[in-house]
Amino acid sequence: MIVFDDVHKSYGTFEVLKGISATVEKGEVVCLIGPSGSGKSTLLRCVNGLESYQKGRITVDGLLVDTSDPTIHALRTRVAKVFQRFNLFPHRTALENVIEGPVHVLGQPKAEARDYALELLARVGLSHKIDAYPAALSGGQQQRVAIARALAMRPEAILFDEPTSALDPEMVGDVLQVMRSLADEHMTMLVVTHEIQFAREVADRVLFLDGGTIVEQGTADQVLRAPQNERTQDFLRRVTHPV
Amino acid sequence: MEKFLTHATEYLPILLQGLWMTVAVTVLAAVLASVLGVVWALLRTSGVRWLAVPARTFVEFIRGIPILVVLFYIYFVMPEIGIDLTAFQAGVIGLALTYSCYIGETFRAGIEAVDKGQIEAAMSIGMRRPMMMRRVILPQAFRIVVPPYANNIVMLLKDSSQVSVISVAELTMQGKMLASSTFDNMTVFTLVALLYLCLTIPLNSLMSRVERALRRSR
Repeated sequence: MIVFDDVHKSYGTFEVLKGISATVEKGEVVCLIGPSGSGKSTLLRCVNGLESYQKGRITVDGLLVDTSDPTIHALRTRVAKVFQRFNLFPHRTALENVIEGPVHVLGQPKAEARDYALELLARVGLSHKIDAYPAALSGGQQQRVAIARALAMRPEAILFDEPTSALDPEMVGDVLQVMRSLADEHMTMLVVTHEIQFAREVADRVLFLDGGTIVEQGTADQVLRAPQNERTQDFLRRVTHPV
Repeated sequence: MEKFLTHATEYLPILLQGLWMTVAVTVLAAVLASVLGVVWALLRTSGVRWLAVPARTFVEFIRGIPILVVLFYIYFVMPEIGIDLTAFQAGVIGLALTYSCYIGETFRAGIEAVDKGQIEAAMSIGMRRPMMMRRVILPQAFRIVVPPYANNIVMLLKDSSQVSVISVAELTMQGKMLASSTFDNMTVFTLVALLYLCLTIPLNSLMSRVERALRRSR
């Protein structure tokens, strides 16, 4: 579904990604973990062309991701994204946020988009908040609207960029619960996260990035329970036992 | 006081003519300046060099020239290259060009103040730039921009007095003529000032009402 083939990216002389090769199969949940500055978010941003890369190839369902090509817009409608800071449209209600893409980008009839949006908002537990503006919602609620907005595009894959990092601790569970249910339905998901517990339970595979390279990858069990690489071991020790 | 009132009723008709001219100049110039201002802002934020650079250059030039010089230039220099304008037309165009630059900068600042995450969110649902501008960025920029924009318009109204230098018979000009023929400076200029306040105070309160309404709808 998503294939990285020797992807390189630099900001000026600073190389952020130093040859990433990996694959996300259809229906698979892959978690990207690693210290900050390791290139996880940048790699995710390259998948739907929010960033360009200089060398190598990224393909989504066989289609090359190329920010300079007009096909990028169509590609983005097939790969949804959920942001760390939600990025809901503040001048639109929850419902309007969810139907924005289907109606205005995909050209679906409004009634049809609305019905599906109501279904999705119910699914994320926000039927009672459809007419609320983002400013009136908690962080956890906003993130669930953002997930509904992503799902409304009927995407083939969803990219999550630290979806719980900006949330108060008591809000994290609701969001992870929604993500878990998506994983159960075999939604293809590429998730940058610091939630090791979530990765352990939900991820099919885990990639550990450090310094712009994939240091270790394998099943969640392999990487998170029995890491082989010293840097992975060190990182996991620090994340799971911060004190 | 009684003398003031009798003189005031005598002067008022002439001054009201000037007031009417001030309103006409201001409204026309404000509309034109706002439209042009949006154009400059869109060009400057387009990310396309050959659109952004000429727009920036134009804005920098006009902003660097005093409004009086702009007015003189349009009224006195343009005829020499075959463009004849009435004083009224020259006044409106001069004010509009000058203020389009201030307003354009205000709009540009508003557009750039919209959170970058909004752009990414819009891109991520497949929006192309024009739709993103129309549906995501401009509605948010608009809210940010209302207070400074209102300020621009009030300044424009007051600066419309400058067009008197090219003989547009607006409020200040009428006042000056009336004062020099009656020598009643006190009454005339007090009236002129009060008449300006009759325009600027309602305009200010209208704008703050718009601002409040926008804040509520968030």
